[in-house]
Amino acid sequence: MIRLVDVEKHYAGTGGAALDGVSLEVARGEVFGVIGQSGAGKSTLIRLINALEHPTNGRVEVDGTDIASLAPTALRVLRRRIGMIFQNFGLLSSRTVAANIAFPLKLADVPGADRDAKVAALLDRVGLTDHADKYPAQLSGGQKQRVGIARALATDPDVLLCDEATSALDPETTRQVLGLLRDLNRDLGLTIVLITHEMDVVRAVCDRVAVLERGRIVETGTVEHIFANGRHAATRRMLQSLSHREREGAVRSTAEG
Amino acid sequence: MNNIVWADIGQACLDTLVMLGGSLVLTIALGLPLGVLLYLTGDGRLAQSRLANGVLGVVVNILRSIPFIILLIIMIPLTVLLVGTSLGVAGAIPPLVVGAAPFYARLVEGSLKEVDRTTIEAVQAMGATTWRIVTGALIPEALPGLIAGATVTAVALVSFTAMAGVVGAGGLGDLAIRFGYQRFQTDVMVVTVVLLVLLVQAIQFVGDRLVRHYTRR
Repeated sequence: MIRLVDVEKHYAGTGGAALDGVSLEVARGEVFGVIGQSGAGKSTLIRLINALEHPTNGRVEVDGTDIASLAPTALRVLRRRIGMIFQNFGLLSSRTVAANIAFPLKLADVPGADRDAKVAALLDRVGLTDHADKYPAQLSGGQKQRVGIARALATDPDVLLCDEATSALDPETTRQVLGLLRDLNRDLGLTIVLITHEMDVVRAVCDRVAVLERGRIVETGTVEHIFANGRHAATRRMLQSLSHREREGAVRSTAEG
Repeated sequence: MNNIVWADIGQACLDTLVMLGGSLVLTIALGLPLGVLLYLTGDGRLAQSRLANGVLGVVVNILRSIPFIILLIIMIPLTVLLVGTSLGVAGAIPPLVVGAAPFYARLVEGSLKEVDRTTIEAVQAMGATTWRIVTGALIPEALPGLIAGATVTAVALVSFTAMAGVVGAGGLGDLAIRFGYQRFQTDVMVVTVVLLVLLVQAIQFVGDRLVRHYTRR
């Protein structure tokens, strides 16, 4: 479905490479996680898939097509098949919830009546029917991300890209949003690529995971494999921070109890 | 209040309002696209271009650094070419627009820079053309700032119109200078200045109300 081949990305003016020879393959219908600390190149990596960023070297293929070869119009058509959600949601503050979800449909020239029906179905899907006429500023973080998800799904994409989608949310809301992503993957066969710095996110939703450190993938495997046999120092560090947080969580629940 | 001819004051009010309205509409019509271009060609933006941004920036800066009183005079040949006269209300509008549009363009650029980057990225990721990103996301998201900028520009235009008296433009400022200042008719001066103060207050009031109406944060 998605293939990165020896991708390098350099930014002018910075010494090192943001991505330094990354290759990976995401199969149709799987939830693929990329985990790494900030500055590892995760953001750059996920933005290559819908050409918000362009590789300095190497290829990015979606369904076997090198997306660098696409003309602007073809690229826009491809982007409609790839939804994206963001850490800071990226909602249009000047539009209502319903209008935010309708926006990609307008861009795709979907007629008004079909648009309204689609928006109603999506609102129902993410449980925000009662909030259709509110503005984003009136919503909680979790609700905003649900709007983001509904909007990303409006054009019935095959792929959903999640850029630290739960990093701005509290643990309970994170759990709900991840559950929703899991359901969407199961019900719609949606391929999901997510980047995160949190191992619990990987454990909660991913089938496979790649560990990214300083622009290189140091380990790839099923989540079970990485959790049980993660060898690389970067992987172990992230697993440790997880158990550390779990200890903290245990302390907190004791204190609250 | 011996020197006051209310018919003259009324005519001056009308002239000021016509100059202000006409020049404001044209200033926005020119300054908004110019500001959008300044934004789009900036570093890391959708149509990044060092050359275009540099050229536009220099033109805007030159126009903004010429004192308005000088601009009024050096524009006379161009003004005659555009509106057939350099005198009166019509003759004042071209220099007013040329003086104010670059100013408004910078304010527009500033407001657009305030728009959340993720929001623009999200719309781009939906497969929007640059045109749709500008009209569907950038401008609506920046609207309160664009209105606030237009309000500041309108107030600046009021003081520009006062100077436009130099080319025989008429208006309240002209009256204040010719009668109030040059003929020592203090009462005329006071009345015109009070009217200008009221005009500025009214502009600011309407501008603030519109900004509040369109703010969704």
